[in-house]
Amino acid sequence: MSEYIAHDADGVSVGRVEKQVFTFARPPERLVLESGEHLGPVTLAYETYGRLNRDRSNAVLVCHALSGDAHLAGYHREEDPKPGWWDIMVGPGKGIDTQQYFVVCVNIIGSCAGSTGPNSVNPETGVPYGLDFPVVTIGDMVTAQKVLLDHLKIEKLLAVIGGSVGGMQVLEWCVRYPQRVFAAVPLATTCRHSALAIAFNEVSRQAIMADPNWHGGRYGPDNKPDLGLAVARMIGHITYLSDEAMRRKFGRQLQNKSDFSFNFDADFQVESYLRYQGRKFVERFDANAFLYITKAADYFDLARQHGNGSLSQAFSKARARFLVVSFTSDWLYPTYQSREMVQAMKKAGREVSFCEIEAQWGHDAFLLPNPRLSQLIRGFLKRAHEDIRK
Amino acid sequence: MPTKTSENKALRFDLAIIASWIAPRSRVLDLGCGEGDLLDYLQRVKQVAGTGIERRETHVARCIEKGLPVIQGDINAEIRDYASRAFDYVILSRTLQQVYRPAELIGELLRVGRRGVVSFPNFSHWQARLQLMFGGYAPKTAQLPYEWHDTPNIRVITIKDFRRFLGEIGASVIRETAINTSAADHRGRIVRKLANWRATYGLFLIGKS
Repeated sequence: MSEYIAHDADGVSVGRVEKQVFTFARPPERLVLESGEHLGPVTLAYETYGRLNRDRSNAVLVCHALSGDAHLAGYHREEDPKPGWWDIMVGPGKGIDTQQYFVVCVNIIGSCAGSTGPNSVNPETGVPYGLDFPVVTIGDMVTAQKVLLDHLKIEKLLAVIGGSVGGMQVLEWCVRYPQRVFAAVPLATTCRHSALAIAFNEVSRQAIMADPNWHGGRYGPDNKPDLGLAVARMIGHITYLSDEAMRRKFGRQLQNKSDFSFNFDADFQVESYLRYQGRKFVERFDANAFLYITKAADYFDLARQHGNGSLSQAFSKARARFLVVSFTSDWLYPTYQSREMVQAMKKAGREVSFCEIEAQWGHDAFLLPNPRLSQLIRGFLKRAHEDIRK
Repeated sequence: MPTKTSENKALRFDLAIIASWIAPRSRVLDLGCGEGDLLDYLQRVKQVAGTGIERRETHVARCIEKGLPVIQGDINAEIRDYASRAFDYVILSRTLQQVYRPAELIGELLRVGRRGVVSFPNFSHWQARLQLMFGGYAPKTAQLPYEWHDTPNIRVITIKDFRRFLGEIGASVIRETAINTSAADHRGRIVRKLANWRATYGLFLIGKS
């Protein structure tokens, strides 16, 4: 997702921010995971923006997607070329206004940007976990976030907001800790992966595991399965765009040439784009983390986990009000999946708003500057903030 | 009527009458809620728990920006998801004339709501009658401004038609008001005599018989 990171058009920013860490579940008190496995110690990397108000009623948790991190907005150092991944949405006067709200973003467990994941050193062996890292679920990620919020003494979140895999965490929060969430904004997400989404993830994982450097997950920093991870990322990018987006962005245009090369170089712009995205991704992401997070997303099934197979039964556990948003050209998590979610929320008697935003950029639309999305979130949060204090 | 919306412009005359029928702190569903003027008023002034359904993205977005809970979708489909008696009032304002299966929709309205509020433009207003009688063209008025070939109105209803229809589907009239409005419909007055001739809109509060 980071290729979209853009400077705010008006230059407004939350400014300098710092990554923080919090460690818990130190053995023998380890975190019990949904699989029954134990994990500890657990470190979470997180960032906060804005100020927590006196009655602690203005905390907003933003959950990041597959390849995101805790660096939501602003800059770590003055010379940073790019701000955090949702700088267009989070900052003074923006959709999630840091002058009004205390915003928290936590790197998910299983990831590789500061929180405990397969790339972390296993204290029992002194080497990175690799595939010894237990399989974590969306539920486990949320449980870990909740421990951090306990530590920050945030009893109730004004809102939980997130897109894609971040949206899954939003939904999980609402049914796992209903008393802790006042309002929720799941964006471009689903209550469970379709076979299509699982299929793309499986091909991505196979690409990584087929890389000779992968070695069953035991690879060193100098011989990582970069080719496999790059191909996995290329597949991901196809699913994040759309037929229309690709037609508009690339068409059949050739890359720096006027005719075919009659070999297997990148002739077309779309080939060159995917190769570039793949190359760039391996610089910042860990192949095993990719395996673990995609698996967690594939396992996610709100109805199965929380409603005995019934989505409305799952949502009847929730207490939050919802704002659900989908995008017309998203074919990874198409609008019909958001509609199913909304339908179940209605049947469960939850207050819900739903808007399908006309957008041509496919699944990734939620990360792009979109005044409509900012306005929706701003209005929804404002009303929630008025009501939470009643 | 001293009813104001958030932008401090007067609530449209027909909506002000509908608002006066809604009990404070009740649960309200507004089908085809537009930009949410009525819901916004009811929420602020009568503290109702309101929700809306609207088809157009731009309207839905305006509602959500105002802090109103609104679902983008088709009213005929969306209403089916609600539990029976989930609302005290279900409002269908100026939309009935565009509904493909009115009997089904009114049936759903009275399933999910204890009461229904239905309003529609009265096709037997004297202007429409005279145009058809003497002009020989399909009528065009301030309330029915379309040509025959571009009108979204697929049902031609009069106040008398609607009363008879309610009897046929087993619904009863609890309250009925006919109004005559000026061109922009913001101002108007209640019509007590010869309503089917003189009213531009009919407003009904209905329940199950």
